[in-house]
Amino acid sequence: MRIDRVLAGVLAAMLPCLSPAQDTQKEIERYRQMLAEGNPADLWEARGEGLWKARRGPKNVSLEQCDLGLGAGIVKGAYARLPRYFPDTDRVQDVESRLATCRVTLQGFKQEEAMRNPFSAPGRHSDMEALASYVAAESKGMKLDAPIRHPKEIEAFRIGEQLFHRRAGPHDFACVSCHGETGKRIRLQELPKLSDPGDAQKIFTTWPAYRVSQGTVRTMQHRLYDCYWQMRHPQMDYTSEASVALMVYMAKFANGGTINAPGLKR
Amino acid sequence: MDAKRREVLKTGGGVLALAAAAGIIKPGEALAQEWNKAAFDSKSVADTVKALGGGASTPSSAIEIIAPDIAENGAVVPVAVESRLPRTQAIAILIEKNPNTLSAEFAIPAGTDPFVSTRVKMGETSNVYALVIADGKYFHAVKEIKVTIGGCGG
Amino acid sequence: MADPMRIRANMTGDKVEVKALMAHEMETGLRKDAKGNLVPPHFIRNVTVTHGGKTVLSAQWGTSVSRNPFLHFRFKGGRPGEKVTITWLDNKGDKRTDEAIIAGG
Repeated sequence: MRIDRVLAGVLAAMLPCLSPAQDTQKEIERYRQMLAEGNPADLWEARGEGLWKARRGPKNVSLEQCDLGLGAGIVKGAYARLPRYFPDTDRVQDVESRLATCRVTLQGFKQEEAMRNPFSAPGRHSDMEALASYVAAESKGMKLDAPIRHPKEIEAFRIGEQLFHRRAGPHDFACVSCHGETGKRIRLQELPKLSDPGDAQKIFTTWPAYRVSQGTVRTMQHRLYDCYWQMRHPQMDYTSEASVALMVYMAKFANGGTINAPGLKR
Repeated sequence: MDAKRREVLKTGGGVLALAAAAGIIKPGEALAQEWNKAAFDSKSVADTVKALGGGASTPSSAIEIIAPDIAENGAVVPVAVESRLPRTQAIAILIEKNPNTLSAEFAIPAGTDPFVSTRVKMGETSNVYALVIADGKYFHAVKEIKVTIGGCGG
Repeated sequence: MADPMRIRANMTGDKVEVKALMAHEMETGLRKDAKGNLVPPHFIRNVTVTHGGKTVLSAQWGTSVSRNPFLHFRFKGGRPGEKVTITWLDNKGDKRTDEAIIAGG
Protein backbone atom coordinates (compact mmCIF):
# COMPACT_ATOMS: atom_id res chain seq x y z
CA MET A 1 0.00 0.00 0.00
CA ARG A 2 1.24 3.44 -0.84
CA ILE A 3 1.39 4.78 2.73
CA ASP A 4 3.43 1.75 3.84
CA ARG A 5 5.94 2.35 1.11
CA VAL A 6 6.31 6.01 2.09
CA LEU A 7 6.83 5.08 5.76
CA ALA A 8 9.37 2.45 4.82
CA GLY A 9 11.23 5.01 2.76
CA VAL A 10 11.33 7.49 5.64
CA LEU A 11 12.55 4.85 8.10
CA ALA A 12 15.26 3.70 5.74
CA ALA A 13 16.53 7.24 5.37
CA MET A 14 16.69 7.62 9.14
CA LEU A 15 18.60 4.41 9.82
CA PRO A 16 22.24 5.01 10.69
CA CYS A 17 24.68 3.26 8.43
CA LEU A 18 28.35 2.49 8.66
CA SER A 19 30.45 5.23 7.22
CA PRO A 20 31.91 4.14 3.84
CA ALA A 21 35.47 4.20 5.17
CA GLN A 22 34.64 1.77 8.01
CA ASP A 23 32.83 -0.60 5.67
CA THR A 24 35.74 -0.61 3.26
CA GLN A 25 38.25 -1.29 6.02
CA LYS A 26 36.16 -4.22 7.27
CA GLU A 27 36.03 -5.77 3.84
CA ILE A 28 39.76 -5.36 3.35
CA GLU A 29 40.31 -7.08 6.68
CA ARG A 30 38.16 -9.93 5.41
CA TYR A 31 40.25 -10.08 2.23
CA ARG A 32 43.43 -10.29 4.30
CA GLN A 33 41.97 -12.94 6.60
CA MET A 34 40.98 -15.17 3.70
CA LEU A 35 44.48 -14.91 2.27
CA ALA A 36 46.08 -15.70 5.62
CA GLU A 37 44.55 -19.22 5.40
CA GLY A 38 47.23 -20.20 2.96
CA ASN A 39 50.22 -17.89 2.89
CA PRO A 40 52.40 -18.55 -0.16
CA ALA A 41 55.33 -17.53 2.05
CA ASP A 42 55.17 -21.10 3.40
CA LEU A 43 56.75 -22.14 0.10
CA TRP A 44 59.67 -19.77 0.73
CA GLU A 45 60.04 -21.03 4.26
CA ALA A 46 60.33 -24.60 3.00
CA ARG A 47 62.83 -23.59 0.33
CA GLY A 48 64.81 -21.59 2.88
CA GLU A 49 65.07 -24.53 5.24
CA GLY A 50 66.38 -26.59 2.34
CA LEU A 51 68.97 -23.94 1.49
CA TRP A 52 70.09 -23.68 5.14
CA LYS A 53 70.85 -27.40 5.13
CA ALA A 54 72.27 -27.65 1.60
CA ARG A 55 76.00 -27.90 0.99
CA ARG A 56 76.95 -24.99 -1.21
CA GLY A 57 79.85 -22.89 -2.34
CA PRO A 58 83.55 -23.59 -2.86
CA LYS A 59 83.80 -25.18 0.60
CA ASN A 60 80.73 -27.34 -0.05
CA VAL A 61 79.37 -26.75 3.43
CA SER A 62 75.86 -26.03 4.70
CA LEU A 63 74.84 -22.98 6.71
CA GLU A 64 74.03 -25.10 9.73
CA GLN A 65 76.92 -23.68 11.76
CA CYS A 66 76.01 -20.07 10.99
CA ASP A 67 75.93 -17.82 14.04
CA LEU A 68 72.89 -15.55 13.78
CA GLY A 69 73.60 -14.06 17.20
CA LEU A 70 72.57 -16.80 19.60
CA GLY A 71 75.47 -19.11 18.83
CA ALA A 72 76.56 -21.30 15.95
CA GLY A 73 73.64 -23.12 14.36
CA ILE A 74 70.93 -21.71 16.62
CA VAL A 75 68.10 -20.52 14.40
CA LYS A 76 65.21 -20.62 16.84
CA GLY A 77 64.73 -17.15 18.31
CA ALA A 78 67.62 -15.58 16.40
CA TYR A 79 65.44 -13.31 14.26
CA ALA A 80 63.85 -11.89 17.39
CA ARG A 81 67.25 -10.56 18.46
CA LEU A 82 68.19 -8.88 15.19
CA PRO A 83 69.62 -6.47 14.20
CA ARG A 84 72.54 -6.61 16.64
CA TYR A 85 76.29 -6.07 16.92
CA PHE A 86 78.56 -8.96 15.95
CA PRO A 87 82.13 -8.95 17.30
CA ASP A 88 83.55 -11.10 14.50
CA THR A 89 82.61 -8.56 11.83
CA ASP A 90 82.67 -5.57 14.22
CA ARG A 91 79.40 -4.37 12.69
CA VAL A 92 75.74 -4.15 13.49
CA GLN A 93 74.03 -6.62 11.16
CA ASP A 94 70.50 -7.58 10.18
CA VAL A 95 69.45 -11.09 9.16
CA GLU A 96 70.35 -10.66 5.51
CA SER A 97 73.77 -9.17 6.02
CA ARG A 98 74.48 -11.90 8.59
CA LEU A 99 73.39 -14.62 6.15
CA ALA A 100 75.75 -13.09 3.59
CA THR A 101 78.58 -13.20 6.17
CA CYS A 102 77.94 -16.89 6.79
CA ARG A 103 77.86 -17.63 3.07
CA VAL A 104 81.32 -16.08 2.85
CA THR A 105 82.94 -17.49 5.99
CA LEU A 106 81.32 -20.94 6.02
CA GLN A 107 80.64 -21.68 2.38
CA GLY A 108 83.56 -19.80 0.85
CA PHE A 109 81.61 -17.51 -1.47
CA LYS A 110 83.08 -14.12 -2.37
CA GLN A 111 81.16 -11.21 -0.86
CA GLU A 112 79.67 -10.13 -4.23
CA GLU A 113 78.53 -13.69 -4.94
CA ALA A 114 77.01 -14.11 -1.51
CA MET A 115 74.93 -10.99 -2.07
CA ARG A 116 74.00 -11.67 -5.66
CA ASN A 117 70.31 -11.67 -6.66
CA PRO A 118 68.87 -10.49 -3.36
CA PHE A 119 65.42 -9.75 -4.78
CA SER A 120 63.45 -12.28 -6.82
CA ALA A 121 62.23 -11.55 -10.30
CA PRO A 122 59.89 -13.87 -12.22
CA GLY A 123 61.85 -16.97 -13.15
CA ARG A 124 64.79 -15.91 -10.99
CA HIS A 125 64.29 -16.86 -7.37
CA SER A 126 66.33 -15.24 -4.64
CA ASP A 127 67.97 -17.58 -2.15
CA MET A 128 68.18 -14.75 0.38
CA GLU A 129 64.40 -14.26 0.42
CA ALA A 130 63.92 -17.95 1.12
CA LEU A 131 66.63 -18.08 3.82
CA ALA A 132 65.27 -14.93 5.50
CA SER A 133 61.77 -16.46 5.45
CA TYR A 134 63.00 -19.62 7.14
CA VAL A 135 65.00 -17.78 9.79
CA ALA A 136 62.13 -15.39 10.53
CA ALA A 137 59.63 -18.24 10.80
CA GLU A 138 61.80 -19.82 13.49
CA SER A 139 61.06 -16.79 15.67
CA LYS A 140 57.34 -16.71 15.04
CA GLY A 141 55.37 -15.97 18.17
CA MET A 142 58.35 -14.57 20.05
CA LYS A 143 58.74 -10.97 21.13
CA LEU A 144 61.13 -8.76 19.21
CA ASP A 145 64.05 -7.80 21.44
CA ALA A 146 66.71 -6.22 19.26
CA PRO A 147 69.47 -4.94 21.56
CA ILE A 148 70.40 -1.25 21.49
CA ARG A 149 73.16 -1.29 24.11
CA HIS A 150 76.54 -1.74 22.42
CA PRO A 151 78.10 1.59 21.34
CA LYS A 152 77.76 0.58 17.68
CA GLU A 153 74.12 -0.35 18.17
CA ILE A 154 73.48 3.05 19.75
CA GLU A 155 75.37 4.75 16.94
CA ALA A 156 73.28 2.84 14.40
CA PHE A 157 70.12 4.03 16.13
CA ARG A 158 71.28 7.65 15.92
CA ILE A 159 72.19 7.33 12.24
CA GLY A 160 68.85 5.68 11.57
CA GLU A 161 67.02 8.46 13.35
CA GLN A 162 68.83 11.07 11.25
CA LEU A 163 68.09 9.23 8.01
CA PHE A 164 64.45 8.71 8.98
CA HIS A 165 63.91 12.44 9.33
CA ARG A 166 66.19 13.72 6.60
CA ARG A 167 64.23 15.22 3.72
CA ALA A 168 65.89 14.93 0.35
CA GLY A 169 65.39 14.15 -3.30
CA PRO A 170 63.14 15.84 -5.85
CA HIS A 171 60.03 15.25 -3.71
CA ASP A 172 61.71 16.60 -0.58
CA PHE A 173 60.58 13.44 1.18
CA ALA A 174 61.83 11.62 4.21
CA CYS A 175 60.55 8.43 5.80
CA VAL A 176 58.79 10.64 8.30
CA SER A 177 56.77 12.24 5.47
CA CYS A 178 54.69 9.07 5.17
CA HIS A 179 55.43 7.38 8.47
CA GLY A 180 55.40 10.28 10.89
CA GLU A 181 51.70 10.61 11.69
CA THR A 182 48.96 8.34 12.99
CA GLY A 183 46.02 7.41 10.84
CA LYS A 184 47.45 8.30 7.46
CA ARG A 185 46.99 6.31 4.31
CA ILE A 186 47.88 6.32 0.63
CA ARG A 187 44.78 5.33 -1.30
CA LEU A 188 43.67 2.25 0.68
CA GLN A 189 47.04 1.38 2.19
CA GLU A 190 47.31 2.40 5.84
CA LEU A 191 50.64 3.94 6.82
CA PRO A 192 52.01 3.07 10.25
CA LYS A 193 53.56 5.79 12.37
CA LEU A 194 56.85 4.00 12.89
CA SER A 195 57.91 5.90 16.02
CA ASP A 196 54.67 4.89 17.72
CA PRO A 197 55.07 1.51 19.42
CA GLY A 198 51.35 0.92 18.95
CA ASP A 199 51.88 0.81 15.18
CA ALA A 200 55.51 -0.32 15.04
CA GLN A 201 55.01 -3.40 17.21
CA LYS A 202 52.28 -4.63 14.93
CA ILE A 203 53.88 -3.80 11.59
CA PHE A 204 57.65 -4.11 11.79
CA THR A 205 57.26 -7.66 13.09
CA THR A 206 55.43 -8.86 9.99
CA TRP A 207 58.47 -8.65 7.76
CA PRO A 208 59.56 -10.53 5.68
CA ALA A 209 56.21 -11.03 4.00
CA TYR A 210 54.72 -12.49 0.86
CA ARG A 211 53.74 -9.47 -1.16
CA VAL A 212 50.78 -10.27 -3.35
CA SER A 213 51.55 -7.38 -5.70
CA GLN A 214 55.09 -8.70 -6.18
CA GLY A 215 54.25 -12.39 -6.32
CA THR A 216 57.13 -13.19 -3.97
CA VAL A 217 58.37 -12.80 -0.42
CA ARG A 218 59.95 -9.42 0.22
CA THR A 219 62.25 -8.66 3.11
CA MET A 220 62.87 -5.50 5.14
CA GLN A 221 65.93 -4.85 2.95
CA HIS A 222 63.62 -4.79 -0.05
CA ARG A 223 61.11 -2.60 1.78
CA LEU A 224 63.79 0.01 2.42
CA TYR A 225 65.13 -0.27 -1.13
CA ASP A 226 61.59 0.20 -2.41
CA CYS A 227 60.81 3.14 -0.11
CA TYR A 228 64.00 4.89 -1.19
CA TRP A 229 63.03 4.30 -4.81
CA GLN A 230 59.53 5.65 -4.19
CA MET A 231 60.96 8.74 -2.51
CA ARG A 232 63.35 9.14 -5.45
CA HIS A 233 66.31 9.05 -3.06
CA PRO A 234 69.60 7.51 -4.21
CA GLN A 235 69.58 3.71 -4.32
CA MET A 236 69.65 1.99 -0.93
CA ASP A 237 72.42 -0.56 -1.30
CA TYR A 238 71.71 -4.10 -0.16
CA THR A 239 72.71 -4.64 3.49
CA SER A 240 74.37 -1.21 3.62
CA GLU A 241 75.14 0.45 6.94
CA ALA A 242 72.31 2.90 6.20
CA SER A 243 69.76 0.11 5.78
CA VAL A 244 70.75 -1.56 9.06
CA ALA A 245 70.74 1.82 10.86
CA LEU A 246 67.15 2.44 9.78
CA MET A 247 66.19 -1.03 11.02
CA VAL A 248 67.76 -0.38 14.41
CA TYR A 249 65.82 2.89 14.62
CA MET A 250 62.55 1.14 13.80
CA ALA A 251 63.32 -1.79 16.11
CA LYS A 252 63.55 0.56 19.07
CA PHE A 253 59.83 1.25 18.78
CA ALA A 254 58.89 -2.20 17.55
CA ASN A 255 60.63 -4.05 20.39
CA GLY A 256 58.09 -5.91 22.47
CA GLY A 257 55.93 -6.69 19.45
CA THR A 258 55.21 -10.31 18.61
CA ILE A 259 56.94 -11.63 15.52
CA ASN A 260 54.42 -12.81 12.98
CA ALA A 261 56.62 -13.49 10.00
CA PRO A 262 56.67 -14.38 7.22
CA GLY A 263 53.60 -12.23 6.88
CA LEU A 264 51.28 -11.53 4.01
CA LYS A 265 50.80 -8.13 2.45
CA ARG A 266 49.22 -6.48 -0.51
CA MET B 1 28.64 -45.56 -25.71
CA ASP B 2 26.46 -46.37 -22.70
CA ALA B 3 23.77 -44.03 -21.45
CA LYS B 4 25.57 -43.05 -18.25
CA ARG B 5 28.78 -42.08 -20.07
CA ARG B 6 26.84 -40.12 -22.67
CA GLU B 7 24.98 -38.28 -19.91
CA VAL B 8 28.14 -37.22 -18.10
CA LEU B 9 29.86 -36.15 -21.31
CA LYS B 10 26.80 -34.09 -22.18
CA THR B 11 26.91 -32.32 -18.82
CA GLY B 12 30.49 -31.22 -19.44
CA GLY B 13 31.71 -32.96 -16.30
CA GLY B 14 34.29 -34.46 -18.59
CA VAL B 15 35.65 -37.86 -19.25
CA LEU B 16 37.98 -37.47 -16.32
CA ALA B 17 35.19 -36.90 -13.83
CA LEU B 18 33.30 -39.95 -15.03
CA ALA B 19 36.38 -42.11 -15.01
CA ALA B 20 37.34 -40.86 -11.58
CA ALA B 21 33.88 -41.37 -10.17
CA ALA B 22 33.91 -44.91 -11.48
CA GLY B 23 37.29 -45.47 -9.82
CA ILE B 24 38.78 -46.18 -13.22
CA ILE B 25 41.68 -43.76 -12.98
CA LYS B 26 44.72 -44.96 -11.10
CA PRO B 27 47.17 -42.46 -9.65
CA GLY B 28 49.82 -41.50 -12.16
CA GLU B 29 47.67 -42.43 -15.12
CA ALA B 30 45.95 -40.15 -17.56
CA LEU B 31 48.39 -37.31 -17.05
CA ALA B 32 48.15 -36.28 -20.68
CA GLN B 33 44.88 -34.93 -19.53
CA GLU B 34 42.16 -33.16 -21.33
CA TRP B 35 42.01 -29.42 -21.10
CA ASN B 36 38.91 -27.69 -22.38
CA LYS B 37 40.58 -25.11 -24.60
CA ALA B 38 37.29 -23.82 -25.98
CA ALA B 39 36.03 -23.12 -22.48
CA PHE B 40 39.23 -21.34 -21.43
CA ASP B 41 39.17 -19.24 -24.61
CA SER B 42 35.57 -18.09 -24.14
CA LYS B 43 35.05 -14.41 -23.70
CA SER B 44 31.64 -14.28 -22.08
CA VAL B 45 29.72 -16.04 -19.36
CA ALA B 46 27.21 -17.42 -21.86
CA ASP B 47 29.93 -18.74 -24.18
CA THR B 48 31.75 -20.36 -21.28
CA VAL B 49 28.62 -22.14 -20.08
CA LYS B 50 28.08 -23.39 -23.63
CA ALA B 51 31.67 -24.57 -23.91
CA LEU B 52 31.17 -26.45 -20.64
CA GLY B 53 28.26 -28.30 -22.19
CA GLY B 54 25.36 -26.21 -20.94
CA GLY B 55 22.69 -24.03 -22.49
CA ALA B 56 21.43 -21.35 -20.19
CA SER B 57 22.02 -21.68 -16.45
CA THR B 58 19.51 -21.01 -13.69
CA PRO B 59 20.30 -18.66 -10.80
CA SER B 60 20.32 -20.58 -7.53
CA SER B 61 20.45 -19.40 -3.94
CA ALA B 62 21.80 -22.83 -2.99
CA ILE B 63 25.18 -21.72 -4.31
CA GLU B 64 27.27 -19.54 -2.02
CA ILE B 65 30.22 -17.48 -3.19
CA ILE B 66 32.51 -16.84 -0.24
CA ALA B 67 34.71 -13.91 -1.15
CA PRO B 68 35.44 -10.42 0.14
CA ASP B 69 33.54 -7.50 -1.41
CA ILE B 70 36.84 -5.73 -1.99
CA ALA B 71 40.19 -7.14 -3.08
CA GLU B 72 43.24 -5.12 -2.13
CA ASN B 73 45.06 -6.53 -5.09
CA GLY B 74 43.49 -8.00 -8.19
CA ALA B 75 46.39 -10.40 -8.66
CA VAL B 76 45.21 -12.55 -5.77
CA VAL B 77 41.49 -12.64 -4.98
CA PRO B 78 40.31 -15.42 -2.64
CA VAL B 79 37.14 -17.06 -3.95
CA ALA B 80 35.44 -20.07 -2.43
CA VAL B 81 32.27 -21.74 -3.67
CA GLU B 82 29.94 -23.90 -1.60
CA SER B 83 27.09 -25.71 -3.36
CA ARG B 84 24.12 -27.08 -1.47
CA LEU B 85 22.61 -28.50 -4.67
CA PRO B 86 22.23 -32.28 -4.47
CA ARG B 87 24.47 -34.32 -6.79
CA THR B 88 26.85 -31.48 -7.53
CA GLN B 89 29.24 -32.76 -10.20
CA ALA B 90 31.33 -29.73 -11.03
CA ILE B 91 32.03 -26.18 -9.90
CA ALA B 92 33.49 -23.49 -12.15
CA ILE B 93 34.61 -19.94 -11.39
CA LEU B 94 33.98 -17.33 -14.10
CA ILE B 95 35.15 -13.72 -14.05
CA GLU B 96 33.00 -11.67 -16.35
CA LYS B 97 35.40 -8.82 -17.14
CA ASN B 98 38.59 -10.88 -17.48
CA PRO B 99 40.07 -11.29 -20.99
CA ASN B 100 39.06 -14.94 -20.78
CA THR B 101 36.04 -15.58 -18.62
CA LEU B 102 36.76 -19.05 -17.26
CA SER B 103 39.25 -19.16 -14.42
CA ALA B 104 38.98 -22.68 -13.03
CA GLU B 105 36.81 -25.76 -13.24
CA PHE B 106 36.64 -28.48 -10.62
CA ALA B 107 35.17 -31.97 -11.04
CA ILE B 108 33.64 -33.15 -7.74
CA PRO B 109 33.54 -36.94 -7.39
CA ALA B 110 31.10 -38.62 -5.01
CA GLY B 111 32.44 -38.39 -1.46
CA THR B 112 34.03 -34.99 -1.96
CA ASP B 113 32.29 -31.94 -0.50
CA PRO B 114 30.83 -29.63 -3.14
CA PHE B 115 33.18 -26.91 -1.95
CA VAL B 116 36.33 -25.42 -3.43
CA SER B 117 38.49 -22.50 -2.39
CA THR B 118 41.22 -20.92 -4.45
CA ARG B 119 42.58 -17.55 -5.56
CA VAL B 120 42.02 -15.91 -8.90
CA LYS B 121 43.30 -12.93 -10.82
CA MET B 122 40.90 -10.13 -11.59
CA GLY B 123 41.86 -7.40 -14.02
CA GLU B 124 39.26 -4.99 -12.66
CA THR B 125 36.08 -4.81 -10.59
CA SER B 126 33.81 -7.47 -12.00
CA ASN B 127 30.99 -9.91 -11.42
CA VAL B 128 32.28 -13.30 -10.39
CA TYR B 129 30.07 -16.24 -11.32
CA ALA B 130 30.05 -19.61 -9.62
CA LEU B 131 28.71 -22.13 -12.10
CA VAL B 132 27.56 -25.45 -10.71
CA ILE B 133 26.67 -28.55 -12.68
CA ALA B 134 24.37 -30.65 -10.55
CA ASP B 135 22.47 -33.70 -11.70
CA GLY B 136 23.27 -32.77 -15.30
CA LYS B 137 21.76 -29.29 -14.95
CA TYR B 138 23.46 -25.91 -14.85
CA PHE B 139 23.06 -23.34 -12.06
CA HIS B 140 24.89 -20.21 -11.04
CA ALA B 141 25.33 -17.51 -8.41
CA VAL B 142 26.97 -14.16 -8.92
CA LYS B 143 28.80 -11.68 -6.69
CA GLU B 144 30.51 -8.44 -7.55
CA ILE B 145 34.05 -8.09 -6.26
CA LYS B 146 35.64 -4.64 -6.32
CA VAL B 147 39.32 -4.45 -7.13
CA THR B 148 41.22 -1.50 -5.72
CA ILE B 149 44.51 0.09 -6.48
CA GLY B 150 46.49 0.10 -3.30
CA GLY B 151 49.22 2.30 -1.94
CA CYS B 152 52.29 3.53 -3.72
CA GLY B 153 51.25 1.84 -6.96
CA GLY B 154 53.13 -1.23 -5.80
CA MET C 1 62.07 -30.28 -11.38
CA ALA C 2 59.58 -27.75 -10.09
CA ASP C 3 59.62 -26.62 -6.47
CA PRO C 4 57.68 -28.71 -3.96
CA MET C 5 54.12 -27.99 -2.88
CA ARG C 6 53.08 -27.46 0.71
CA ILE C 7 50.18 -29.75 1.48
CA ARG C 8 48.30 -29.98 4.75
CA ALA C 9 45.69 -32.69 5.22
CA ASN C 10 43.80 -32.69 8.51
CA MET C 11 40.75 -34.48 9.83
CA THR C 12 37.81 -32.18 10.48
CA GLY C 13 35.04 -34.35 11.84
CA ASP C 14 34.76 -37.30 9.50
CA LYS C 15 36.25 -35.41 6.56
CA VAL C 16 39.76 -34.76 5.37
CA GLU C 17 40.44 -31.08 4.86
CA VAL C 18 43.16 -30.44 2.31
CA LYS C 19 44.96 -27.11 1.92
CA ALA C 20 47.72 -26.93 -0.63
CA LEU C 21 50.08 -24.26 -1.91
CA MET C 22 51.78 -24.87 -5.25
CA ALA C 23 54.90 -23.06 -6.36
CA HIS C 24 54.20 -21.89 -9.89
CA GLU C 25 54.58 -18.59 -11.77
CA MET C 26 51.17 -18.91 -13.49
CA GLU C 27 52.25 -16.55 -16.28
CA THR C 28 49.28 -15.32 -18.27
CA GLY C 29 51.17 -14.65 -21.46
CA LEU C 30 50.00 -11.04 -21.30
CA ARG C 31 52.89 -9.66 -19.28
CA LYS C 32 55.89 -7.96 -20.92
CA ASP C 33 59.42 -8.36 -19.68
CA ALA C 34 61.94 -5.55 -19.20
CA LYS C 35 62.79 -5.62 -22.92
CA GLY C 36 59.14 -5.27 -23.92
CA ASN C 37 58.74 -8.85 -25.11
CA LEU C 38 55.68 -10.83 -24.11
CA VAL C 39 56.49 -13.48 -21.51
CA PRO C 40 54.95 -16.69 -22.84
CA PRO C 41 52.10 -18.30 -20.90
CA HIS C 42 53.26 -20.82 -18.32
CA PHE C 43 50.52 -22.12 -16.09
CA ILE C 44 49.12 -25.20 -14.40
CA ARG C 45 46.39 -26.74 -16.55
CA ASN C 46 45.47 -29.85 -14.59
CA VAL C 47 45.42 -30.75 -10.93
CA THR C 48 44.56 -34.21 -9.65
CA VAL C 49 44.24 -35.19 -6.02
CA THR C 50 44.07 -38.86 -5.11
CA HIS C 51 43.64 -40.91 -1.98
CA GLY C 52 43.76 -44.69 -1.81
CA GLY C 53 43.89 -44.94 -5.58
CA LYS C 54 40.76 -42.87 -6.03
CA THR C 55 40.60 -39.35 -7.45
CA VAL C 56 39.06 -37.07 -4.85
CA LEU C 57 39.31 -33.88 -6.88
CA SER C 58 40.35 -32.97 -10.36
CA ALA C 59 40.61 -29.51 -11.79
CA GLN C 60 41.31 -27.68 -15.00
CA TRP C 61 42.86 -24.25 -14.58
CA GLY C 62 43.46 -21.29 -16.84
CA THR C 63 45.89 -18.41 -16.66
CA SER C 64 43.72 -16.44 -14.27
CA VAL C 65 44.38 -18.68 -11.31
CA SER C 66 46.76 -16.69 -9.11
CA ARG C 67 50.50 -17.17 -8.94
CA ASN C 68 51.58 -19.72 -6.32
CA PRO C 69 48.10 -21.24 -6.39
CA PHE C 70 46.18 -22.18 -3.28
CA LEU C 71 43.66 -25.01 -3.18
CA HIS C 72 41.35 -25.96 -0.34
CA PHE C 73 38.67 -28.65 -0.35
CA ARG C 74 37.29 -31.53 1.76
CA PHE C 75 36.57 -35.19 1.10
CA LYS C 76 35.24 -38.19 3.03
CA GLY C 77 36.82 -41.56 3.46
CA GLY C 78 40.32 -40.68 4.60
CA ARG C 79 41.86 -41.56 7.97
CA PRO C 80 44.89 -40.27 9.88
CA GLY C 81 48.11 -41.81 8.64
CA GLU C 82 46.87 -42.30 5.09
CA LYS C 83 48.34 -40.44 2.12
CA VAL C 84 46.87 -37.71 -0.02
CA THR C 85 48.68 -37.19 -3.32
CA ILE C 86 48.49 -34.11 -5.51
CA THR C 87 49.81 -33.89 -9.06
CA TRP C 88 49.85 -30.85 -11.27
CA LEU C 89 50.63 -30.65 -14.95
CA ASP C 90 51.33 -27.39 -16.77
CA ASN C 91 51.06 -26.21 -20.36
CA LYS C 92 54.76 -26.83 -20.98
CA GLY C 93 54.49 -30.43 -19.86
CA ASP C 94 56.18 -29.82 -16.49
CA LYS C 95 54.64 -31.72 -13.67
CA ARG C 96 55.01 -32.16 -9.97
CA THR C 97 53.68 -34.72 -7.50
CA ASP C 98 53.75 -34.36 -3.74
CA GLU C 99 52.13 -36.23 -0.89
CA ALA C 100 50.96 -35.47 2.60
CA ILE C 101 50.00 -37.73 5.47
CA ILE C 102 46.57 -37.07 6.92
CA ALA C 103 46.98 -35.70 10.44
CA GLY C 104 44.52 -36.62 13.17
CA GLY C 105 41.74 -34.16 14.09
